[in-house]
Amino acid sequence: MNQEVLDKLTRLAQLALAPEEARHALADLRAIVDLIDEMQTVDTEGVAPLAHPLDMEQPLRADRVTEQPARERYQAGAPLTRDGLYLVPKVVE
Amino acid sequence: MDWESVVGLEVHIQLATRSKIFSGAGAAFGAEPNTQACGVDLGLPGTLPVLNREALRMALTFGLAIEAEIASECRFDRKNYFYPDLPKGYQISQFEAPVVQGGTIVISAGEAEQRIGITRAHLEEDAGKSLHEDYAGMTGIDLNRAGTPLLEVVSEPDLRSAAQAAAFFRELRALARYLRISDGNLNEGSMRCDANVSVRRRGATALGERTEVKNLNSFRFIERAIRHEIARQIDVLEGGGQVARETRLYDAERDETRPMRGKELSDDYRYFPDPDLLPVRITEALLAEARAEVPELPRAKRRRYQEALGLSAAEAWQLAEEPGMAAYFEAVADAAPPRRAAHWMMDQVAAALNRSGLDIAACPVPAAQLAQLLQRIEDGVVSGKIAATIFEALWNEGGDVDAIIAERGLRQLSDADALTGIVAQVVAAHPAQAQQFRNGKAKLLGFFVGQVMQATAGKADPKQANALLLKALRNP
Repeated sequence: MNQEVLDKLTRLAQLALAPEEARHALADLRAIVDLIDEMQTVDTEGVAPLAHPLDMEQPLRADRVTEQPARERYQAGAPLTRDGLYLVPKVVE
Repeated sequence: MDWESVVGLEVHIQLATRSKIFSGAGAAFGAEPNTQACGVDLGLPGTLPVLNREALRMALTFGLAIEAEIASECRFDRKNYFYPDLPKGYQISQFEAPVVQGGTIVISAGEAEQRIGITRAHLEEDAGKSLHEDYAGMTGIDLNRAGTPLLEVVSEPDLRSAAQAAAFFRELRALARYLRISDGNLNEGSMRCDANVSVRRRGATALGERTEVKNLNSFRFIERAIRHEIARQIDVLEGGGQVARETRLYDAERDETRPMRGKELSDDYRYFPDPDLLPVRITEALLAEARAEVPELPRAKRRRYQEALGLSAAEAWQLAEEPGMAAYFEAVADAAPPRRAAHWMMDQVAAALNRSGLDIAACPVPAAQLAQLLQRIEDGVVSGKIAATIFEALWNEGGDVDAIIAERGLRQLSDADALTGIVAQVVAAHPAQAQQFRNGKAKLLGFFVGQVMQATAGKADPKQANALLLKALRNP
């Protein structure tokens, strides 16, 4: 974990960190990576990987439409809409 | 230099569920913008995804149909990227433990059959749609499609030409429609395809550098875009250059591919298990339910049509491509000669459907009536020509074949005595032509047949009329 990796991660996460925040983040992430390195040394031979901390199975939904259209309610909090569309700054492909 | 192209496809199939994959919002196509996007689809805080059982069942049905391995458990992961039509900032997909692994799809692209390996097929949610038309210099976002269930099918790089890639896509579409897991409607984006394309010298075993061509949404475009991309790569290599690993978009208007901009960072999706979804247990009960939905598949149908019903490969392909067409054909062929049924399906029935813009499901002529009509041709009761007019009557007014024949007096004149009299009259009425025929102008026979048909309002059996005319003309 170094400055270069941190720069890449903040870019991917679209975060703008102030220099002070970046210093803290780097220290935190280093500590986390160290912890992971330590965990990697534990002998896990014969232990099944844990996919989820809850010892449960995913419940399944019946294929039924249960939600009614509520566009106005959802769009009440949107900064800009037109013709039912959310408007965002122009995206160039 | 001799080059070999290597192609693998990634096909997104929209599953035909009523509701979304993780929410209870409707999943129908064509609703007013943003009227089918609920809090889960919008990624509102406090909402949680719950997996749609039917989407899972459809994925299992697909896996069983291609004889894939199905693990007893599958899991969901988050694929992270930012785009305005992806409200959560991640797409729920399957990375580590997809629902379907392995399997085979058999294609035939003109040549012999070929087995194409399937790497995996996984469930994921679709994104919304960005509308780039001008909204006061802004982009419009419709999130109706967000959360629609997709099955992404990834093939091995087993395809060797653009034509094979198109054949694979066609077979996959037929399969999806047979399994009733998708409507396969290409115009509505129900199947979308990306292609990984590379070339190498023939005989080489290592793969060349590949490009990914996106946005291939019709049979024609798939073939054209891949053919174009293969030619472009060969040009680059023969010019001493190197193929760059990149994503390219196909532009159908210019018939070319061009690199996508701003993609340099997007390859790093930082997948991790989605903590909102628990591991999914694939139970025996669910598998049994999925297995019950696998019908006779297109390839088996085509083989049966050829081997048991005597159709040609091209006929079998055409009739087996759409499950509705195949079902109708089989109902007709059950009660009438299969080859005649096949020809009528591809000729009169297809033309009439085309003219009226109808789907076979809405065909106004019941299969049983068509079968009866074809049987009447077989029995010599009506000629093919008269049968075509009866078909038109059935199409426009409905009714029963035998009743129409009786009411309109369409029964073929196969009574030799009656026909002999008419033939004699026709010959007697045209002495000059009869003499010319005797002098060797053989093609005048057609003229006489025409006269007999006219005199009988088309009801003479043409074969019999021919024979009687020959006799009458040769022995005046």
